[in-house]
Amino acid sequence: MLRYTLKRLALGILTVWFIATATFFGMHAVPGDPLSSDKSTTAKIRANLEAKYGLDKPLLTQYAIYLKNISQGDFGISFTQENRQVNDIIKEHFPISAILGILAIVFAALGGILWGALTALYRNRWPDSVIMFLVILGISVPSFVIAAISQMFLVNINAFAGTTILPVGGWGTVWHMIVPAMVLGLSTMAYLTRLMRSSMLEIVNTDYIRTAQSKGLPKTRIFSRHQLRNAILPVITVLGPAIAGITTGGFVVEIVFAIPGLGRYFVEAIQQLDYTVIMGTTVFYGAFLVFMVILVDLLYGWIDPRVRINP
Amino acid sequence: MNSKSPSNSHTSAYSLSRQLGVYFLLAIVFVVGLLLVLNQLAGLMGTATQEAQAVDIANNSISAALSEEPPQLDSSKTTDASSGLVLGHVMEGLLRMDLKDRLGPAIAERWDVTPTHATFWLRKDAKWSDGQPITAADFIFAWQLALKPETGSEYASLLYPIENAEAINSGELPTSALGLSAPDPQTLVVKLARPMAFFDKLVVFPTFLPIREDFYKATQGRFGSDAEELLYSGPYVIKNWVHGASMLLERNPHYWDSTRGKLAQVNFAYITSDATATLNFFKDKRIALAGLQAENLTEALRLKWPIRRFADGTVFYMEFNHRVDRLSRNLNFRKAIQHSLDMEELVYKVTKLPGYMPGKSLFPEWLIGVEKPLREEYPASTVDIDRAEAKAYLELAQKELGLKDFPEITLLTGDNPVSNIQSEWLQEVLKKTLGLTIKIDKQIFKQRLAKMSSGDFDLLLGGWGPDYNDPLTFGDLFASWNLNNRGRYSSETMDALILTAQSATATPDRMEAFGDIQQQLFDDVVILPMYERGITYVVHPQLKGVKRRVIGASIDYTYAYIDPDA
Repeated sequence: MLRYTLKRLALGILTVWFIATATFFGMHAVPGDPLSSDKSTTAKIRANLEAKYGLDKPLLTQYAIYLKNISQGDFGISFTQENRQVNDIIKEHFPISAILGILAIVFAALGGILWGALTALYRNRWPDSVIMFLVILGISVPSFVIAAISQMFLVNINAFAGTTILPVGGWGTVWHMIVPAMVLGLSTMAYLTRLMRSSMLEIVNTDYIRTAQSKGLPKTRIFSRHQLRNAILPVITVLGPAIAGITTGGFVVEIVFAIPGLGRYFVEAIQQLDYTVIMGTTVFYGAFLVFMVILVDLLYGWIDPRVRINP
Repeated sequence: MNSKSPSNSHTSAYSLSRQLGVYFLLAIVFVVGLLLVLNQLAGLMGTATQEAQAVDIANNSISAALSEEPPQLDSSKTTDASSGLVLGHVMEGLLRMDLKDRLGPAIAERWDVTPTHATFWLRKDAKWSDGQPITAADFIFAWQLALKPETGSEYASLLYPIENAEAINSGELPTSALGLSAPDPQTLVVKLARPMAFFDKLVVFPTFLPIREDFYKATQGRFGSDAEELLYSGPYVIKNWVHGASMLLERNPHYWDSTRGKLAQVNFAYITSDATATLNFFKDKRIALAGLQAENLTEALRLKWPIRRFADGTVFYMEFNHRVDRLSRNLNFRKAIQHSLDMEELVYKVTKLPGYMPGKSLFPEWLIGVEKPLREEYPASTVDIDRAEAKAYLELAQKELGLKDFPEITLLTGDNPVSNIQSEWLQEVLKKTLGLTIKIDKQIFKQRLAKMSSGDFDLLLGGWGPDYNDPLTFGDLFASWNLNNRGRYSSETMDALILTAQSATATPDRMEAFGDIQQQLFDDVVILPMYERGITYVVHPQLKGVKRRVIGASIDYTYAYIDPDA
């Protein structure tokens, strides 16, 4: 187990290096550069800026300097917010995205499992149809639409009540988190519901359920101990990437609800071609994703002994 | 089990869903617990936004939203509108634009510009937010800083009219060689590299704001990056700045002018680029001012909100590529397009955005000439939109270019709703009137800039916002040496006119040059003015005195006050 873990971690580091390298060269291949702006500067001023950021050096030299810096955990300074370290940006804004993400994933996982189990129980009857219809909506309606609609809804509720039931945006207390987290987790919840439903239905026809039934075990016990527990396994598999996806993909929700998360910086950096912030956030998110996948794989082995790998 | 005995499965589904209900309750308990933990965590991080109330009469404070986090509050380097808005509240320079948009005294109580020198006499009661006096040395330090090559200031070129500035910025001379002197702490003498009658209008720009040397050095490279990393000279100070979330301004007790800074606090409570979200905050009575988009107008009218309009000073136009290998270099081709496009139709029937005005000239309506608006003193020429005439010009062009058919014409544009509507309109009109095929090349910001600079287009939708309050901020755009002349238009007549406009000392002579530039742009169809941008917005009825500006802080709350009876 230890050897397996170490091997996975080593592979993970290699993956992160590959992400860093691909992003670096991909980013430099995109037309345009971080120093261009609506108003052109003189050649002299441009040269001053290039020298300041080391962009006057050959690309491979820049790459070498860059690798050396990130191996020491230094992502450099932002191009658009010149006086801020990329490290500070990540440090200040990632925890916010993470809190929002955790809550969203909890909503998504709990909701997905519960609704999935419920639809499987009521297969082809009205609760199933209603929930599956909502699931399709949840998967197909983009999050910026849902975010805008739910915000409008909050405004109307507050106006109707004549006082603030839930804040329309901003950050700081638990009341600011609930609605954005639900919006953020919605599509994952819908996806997990479908997954849970099909996984539940598949298990109904397996041998061990039939064995349990013939043993005369109570239905509730079969349901919770055999069916539900086994059906959750595939859900856990997709949870790893989903956690990373949710924590990193929150930029729409962050902008609509004015939440100071990292997702915004990530997207704006790409629009602005802010090289250092793109690299910093991509490598950070990449490492995060790789770590989550490894964690889920290890967790999976712990939950399901069948997949445990012998050293 | 379900498939075998359907009648039985109904009852079992019910009992099993009760089981599920128990799990559901457990899940709720878990979520509530988690919420409490996360609440504590979020509180610990110190990233909470300020409590927002549109108008708070008891505390004499208002709340508003910023469209983006101000990226650069170091005035020697700042270039963007969002930072400009904040700096307009917390900093003050030598001169400023008053409520009637005329140049007026600020830290300098009087000033004088001659062909060789500009002199500013500073008021004695001007103080920094730590109580120390603001002196000429603070301006000298700031301007030298902006010119240092290592600073990498994009707007350093605005300082080039000062003696030796360009050489210092190129690293050829030390900063001490800059043509500035302070005979006493309250007098700043600027030696000019060349006559510049409007040097006083330039110093309103943020690059000219003062920076105190000892404070700057103490921040160790973090100047302007946080509330406590900035020393303030304006009516407000930044009391609290949560990056990406909010910024709280509070009255500066050491500020000299009691007519500004009437509100005790200006709370920028939200930072979001989403216009709909901003409007939702307004509806929820969290903020006192919000911009309106076309799609919100009907609702705003229905709710009987007082809607305000403002021309933000930016001009949009179509540029032609004048490079040698382009067919848009042909004058008759450009005239054909000029005679086909009706900008009134574009503004009133196609884009239909409130507050927009059809473009007639590169020089927008708000610019002042000798005494009256420049556009009144020198009215812009116009053409009649005439399909037959347009076709005739196109045939001439075809003959001159020796073309059998016109190839596809590339129109480079940005990727946003307004540009999309416009470029589709252009495509359709030019197809119908002239039979030209237009290929719309939509590009996102940086990629568009790259193509603009390399000249990878025939037609280009561009625009220009002013940097300072003089027609020259637009007038020198199509000089052969100007890098913002993306189509590389080059004409000796134009260059000569621009030189006159830059260096003539008498205002009437300069304005006449601008009139001639306007005519030359029209005769040679260098560009086609499309529209002047307008902004519509709503303001809380109790908030009065909000000033919208074309230059500097686009929204200026420094004269604003609360009227509880409104």
